[in-house]
Amino acid sequence: MTESRWVRIALRAMTTLALAFIYLPIIVLAIYAFNDSRSQVWPPGQVTGFSLRWFGEAISNERVVDAFITSIAAATGATLLALVLGTLAALGVARHRFFGREAVSFMLVLPIALPGVLTGIALAATFKTLGVDFGLATIIVGHATFCVVIAYNNVVARLRRLPRSTEEASADLGADTWQTFRRVLLPGIRTALLSGGLLAFALSFDEVIVTNFTAGPGTETIPLWIFSAIQRPREVPVVNVVALALIVLSVVPVYIAERVSGAESAVVR
Amino acid sequence: MTSSGIGGSQASASRRLAAWLHPRRRLQLGLLLTSPLLWIGLAYLGSLAILLLNAFWRTDPFSGKIIPEFSLDAFAKLASSEVYRTIVLRTLGMAVAVTLTDVLLGFPIAYYMARVASRRTRRILLIAVLLPLWASYLVKIYAWRVILQGHGLLDSVLAPFGIAGPGLNEILNSWVVLSYLWLPYMIVPIFTGLERIPESLLEASSDLGGKAGPTFRRVVLPLALPAVAAGSIFTFSLTLGDYITPTMVSGTKFIGNVIYDNSSLGSLPLAAAYSFVPIVIMVVYLFIARRLGAFESL
Repeated sequence: MTESRWVRIALRAMTTLALAFIYLPIIVLAIYAFNDSRSQVWPPGQVTGFSLRWFGEAISNERVVDAFITSIAAATGATLLALVLGTLAALGVARHRFFGREAVSFMLVLPIALPGVLTGIALAATFKTLGVDFGLATIIVGHATFCVVIAYNNVVARLRRLPRSTEEASADLGADTWQTFRRVLLPGIRTALLSGGLLAFALSFDEVIVTNFTAGPGTETIPLWIFSAIQRPREVPVVNVVALALIVLSVVPVYIAERVSGAESAVVR
Repeated sequence: MTSSGIGGSQASASRRLAAWLHPRRRLQLGLLLTSPLLWIGLAYLGSLAILLLNAFWRTDPFSGKIIPEFSLDAFAKLASSEVYRTIVLRTLGMAVAVTLTDVLLGFPIAYYMARVASRRTRRILLIAVLLPLWASYLVKIYAWRVILQGHGLLDSVLAPFGIAGPGLNEILNSWVVLSYLWLPYMIVPIFTGLERIPESLLEASSDLGGKAGPTFRRVVLPLALPAVAAGSIFTFSLTLGDYITPTMVSGTKFIGNVIYDNSSLGSLPLAAAYSFVPIVIMVVYLFIARRLGAFESL
């Protein structure tokens, strides 16, 4: 079926409209980041023009830098935990047949299917009851709940496509389970681990709903800092800069994912 | 096998263990699944179960302490309150409105990407749609705050027409921002679904005399429905649970806000009882979506 000329024109117009909608806020934000004055009045730059002033302020802001480091640490921890647990579960589900196999996938999906507020409150109440100190460790635990399914989904999808014959050949040639895992399976799932890891890292890095409950008073991630700083008018120009930086940084995982296995691999999210 | 002998006795011990494990498939499975299941079972499901259990505990009216005795007080309080019912209806209405908006906005672009655009354009469009998915959720809400706030972009666009902007206290703001946030989650499944429709089906339809309109309605649309349902799972459930967007752009309360506001230890039974609302709605929704074939399109 070929669409008529008018249909094509209409589709093209709708596509342009949707893209404009998607990118409008991002462009507005980018312009504000270069605004020299504190004023948030549109159009920016009308008071004292544009400058890089707030970029310097952001880099020398200790709270921002600390929050950035905490975010990186939390995302790294949650991603590693998720990769290990997700891969174990994926190997179990994809390479074994057992009663309740469907239930495993269902259980792992729950943390992203149900509202994040619930995860947050439930974990916070449990930590409090157990007397656990809130901090980086509790943030990592909170993030890993929903990151496991990301790693699991990526690895399980890859394992289903990998032929089992190579693993059987490896065993027939005398390799034990561990050798087969390291030399045959691991190279096969490496890119799945990479794209799953990237996605888990990105999700953890900008998570705010669960983190709000599991961080405790003394620890701050970048999203938590943004959340509190927008309520202080003095800090708003720095928020603009940090927000723009986060948007620019989000190009990195997309670029890597694109390089690794084509645009389709990034679709999983 | 020489290269693996470097580790000495330790390596050979692990190899002996691996060799012993090799024929024991059940034990292997047990070892693989123990830690992930313990993790999700204890850290997530355990906490969630304890939280939900709170809904059936009694709150002492004088001390405000929670007493672990069975009661349906929290549910009774919710059922008798007009406010809580309004908030459920408001949140549900918003979830439906956002889902419909995203279908209307997302379908044409997904269709253009899947069936009209050249390979190169398709690839560029796909990246353009995916890129905002990776950008911080909070930053995107914040960007809308900047646009919507007094003297912001929207105000200055509307000023020549003598209309005042909505400010940050308007429920329609939540509708726009939530539709914005979840739009890519709708585009991607629809695109994948439309791309999967074999060309031969469309050719068959036109060979049998079907014009573009009827072919679209009777071939493309039914085949795309599972994908739309899959996308709607995201737009619906994410709207249902959000409490940050309404707080930041419209100052209205959604289900998530009520749960959040009652999350301090004293009022936990109320928060827990209210949590059943989104859980029940999502279970029903997932059931309907499954009937429409959404799970094969996820």
